[in-house]
Amino acid sequence: MALKLRKFKDQFSSLWIKISLFFVVLLPVVITLSLLYKSMFVLETNGLKELLFSSVWRPLAGQFGFWPFIISSLWVTILGLLITTPICMFSAIFLTQYSSSRLLRFMQPVIDILAGIPSVIYGVWGILIIVPMVGRYLAPLFGIESTGFSILAGGLVLSVMLIPFILNVLIEVFKTVPVELSEASLSLGATKWQTIKFVVVRKSFAGIISAFGLGLSRAFGETIAVLMVVGNVVGLPKSIFDPGYPLPALIANNYGEMLSIPMYDSALMFAALILLVVVMFFNFLSRLAIIRLEKKA
Amino acid sequence: MQQGKISIQNLDLHFGKHHILKNVNIEIPENQLTVILGPSGCGKTTLMKTLNRLVELEETVKINGKIFLDNEDILNTDKDVTEIRKKMGLLSQRPAPLPMSIFNNIAYGLRINGISGRRKLAPLVEKYLRQVNLWDEVKDRLKDPATRLSIGQQQRLCLARGLAVNPEIILADEPTSALDPLSASIVEKQFAELKKDYTLVMVTHVLRQARRIADYVVFMYLGEVIEQGPVKEFFENPKMEKTREYLKGAFN
Amino acid sequence: MWRKIEEKVFYYLMIISTVSLGLLLVLIVATIVYRGLPYLSWEMISQTPKGGYYFGREGGILNAIIGSLYLSSGAVIIALVISLPVSLAMNIHLKRRKKLVNGLRFILDLLWGIPSIVYGAFGFTLMIYLGIKASLLAGIITVAFFILPIMIRSMDEVMKNVPLSLIESAFALGSTRSEVAFKVMVRQTFPGIITAVLLAFGRGIGDVAAVLFTTGYTDNIPTSLMQQTATLPLAVFFQLGSPIPEVQNRAYAAALILTIIILVVSISTRYFGKRFRKTLIK
Repeated sequence: MALKLRKFKDQFSSLWIKISLFFVVLLPVVITLSLLYKSMFVLETNGLKELLFSSVWRPLAGQFGFWPFIISSLWVTILGLLITTPICMFSAIFLTQYSSSRLLRFMQPVIDILAGIPSVIYGVWGILIIVPMVGRYLAPLFGIESTGFSILAGGLVLSVMLIPFILNVLIEVFKTVPVELSEASLSLGATKWQTIKFVVVRKSFAGIISAFGLGLSRAFGETIAVLMVVGNVVGLPKSIFDPGYPLPALIANNYGEMLSIPMYDSALMFAALILLVVVMFFNFLSRLAIIRLEKKA
Repeated sequence: MQQGKISIQNLDLHFGKHHILKNVNIEIPENQLTVILGPSGCGKTTLMKTLNRLVELEETVKINGKIFLDNEDILNTDKDVTEIRKKMGLLSQRPAPLPMSIFNNIAYGLRINGISGRRKLAPLVEKYLRQVNLWDEVKDRLKDPATRLSIGQQQRLCLARGLAVNPEIILADEPTSALDPLSASIVEKQFAELKKDYTLVMVTHVLRQARRIADYVVFMYLGEVIEQGPVKEFFENPKMEKTREYLKGAFN
Repeated sequence: MWRKIEEKVFYYLMIISTVSLGLLLVLIVATIVYRGLPYLSWEMISQTPKGGYYFGREGGILNAIIGSLYLSSGAVIIALVISLPVSLAMNIHLKRRKKLVNGLRFILDLLWGIPSIVYGAFGFTLMIYLGIKASLLAGIITVAFFILPIMIRSMDEVMKNVPLSLIESAFALGSTRSEVAFKVMVRQTFPGIITAVLLAFGRGIGDVAAVLFTTGYTDNIPTSLMQQTATLPLAVFFQLGSPIPEVQNRAYAAALILTIIILVVSISTRYFGKRFRKTLIK
């Protein structure tokens, strides 16, 4: 009797496991297919080329040109990455090559907490600090008038959010560089900095690129924090002090009207599909590179 | 008083609370091959890394004592640490080729030391690759990453890389332990030749290898120098009880 | 000479970068505390908004606090029901099939990378397809999708380190696979599982983009799964857009409460993570 019960329990848990595994494997497929299915409508009427490269955005007339939103997304993402890159590289090198292990242990929770802060909080902080800073100080510095709600503000907030994310990966990458390599370089008479520049960074090159690849895909999909500071004005931004309107913000701002305008829901799902494809693409490549790296190490 | 090329005097070294090297005194003779012998964990590798001051990279290290190189105390000098490291080529247990091409592995040290331009570098690279008998094997693929070479070739490349910065001393930490027998014997042979121009210090725990190639032997046990002397004397007429036990294989 | 200057310059740049990380954290938390603390009264956390969340000047954000707790707890429970068997299977049943497990890890890492707004859009599509209206339930399901990969991968990371010998010896004693899973693996990695749950809870409670489409928003505390609900991040997001200062203040107070919750979760995650390292047999 007891054995029977044990067997039954085992079979039951096997079934449960199978269902769960099936679910997990199916999830990405279902997400992609459902978004694709929903965007078919707008794809059929407008065509892929028109959707991606047209700047005409007139939802009521059924014209959906995503070009301004794609450009805004690119601007914000690239700006965020550019600002975050030196901070992440310098900190990661310092924490793994120069500082005591005690400092690294002290900084780890700081990085983790930064990573855990919700994006809406970053958004509030952006509105309170970054937006006025851009509007009152940075823009006038270049003789430009700006409300502060701009591509630059989006990029700045994004760069802060990306720091913990990229930094964690970079620290892991630099930790995998064997000490023997640094020692070899040092014993040839190289200074510590030369060793880092020519050997450590070089050895970690693939890992560094992957870290920023992951960061890029993260930045591209970040929604709320950017939305709150970027201005959300449809149009092609001419400078980083202009407001922008990235794809995720577009989706988030218009879900309310989505069902009241024909084809609008299909268009917004298409925007989500673009996000998904871009993010998956960079994630895929970066993860693959990291796996290769781990195999070698 | 300094008698050898390197004179280690009253050297003590701690990692945190651990006393790793205990009052070490060694005279390393010039243009000879000195073997530091001892079971693993006796402080051989730490001693090597103290000589070129790589040990200072460890966080908790504390060093007391003096190491004289040509009458200069290299532990307490105003000179840049890179100047001291440059005088000592290091060959580690597993070859550590730099993440670059074969050519650049040799050129790296040269560039660091101010030689630049392909025209100046190319003949030097060739010279040092020839010195370790590697030139014929790699001359057609100098642009390949160094990691594509066999382990034995990599170790010779690392030796050539070290020679290229004109050291006076070559430190080798069990340089043949990761190699196949053939590569190992090539490296050993090269060591015998290098004695003419360099002072060699090699760590090993293989007795036969020590007997085969050493001129001078230092036996260490648990951080202390038990005995040192010329190879013949050391193996044929050891003075200390511990040495005799070790030579009989008691520690293995 | 020149290379010394270069090294010094970069050395100081590195120190500045590292220090700025700490300063950024302090600056962000200080900003939120500075703006939120004056409005963090008993009234704020014990009342629902009066006269509409967007225009009403009176009342607090109890609806959002309770809503957030409902939503994240619900999502965590659903995600746990799927995460636990998957991570157990990856480290017991499929332990020897390295390629398959690594493939699964790869898929999960990709899922982890999908932005929450895409999960939101997907949840919305699913909602319409199934004929459910915007509700607590729809939000719970969407957030569960979104935190699922986070939870599985975090559990997987701790279970991965349980030595094979321990599992094998349990099998040798005649245990069935489910007994090994629950009596050995779960017990052995329990603090790690808690850490994963807390991590997922933190992600779930802080997210806006996934719930924006799916939970709706209301001034009331939901009494059933089919009702709409407010959440703290949504309360911040919506009320900050209001032209009325009192409403904006509610947003700042909500932001502070959310930050406190996240900090508590972060710190307890670390605490369990540390305890985990102590109790694990290696």
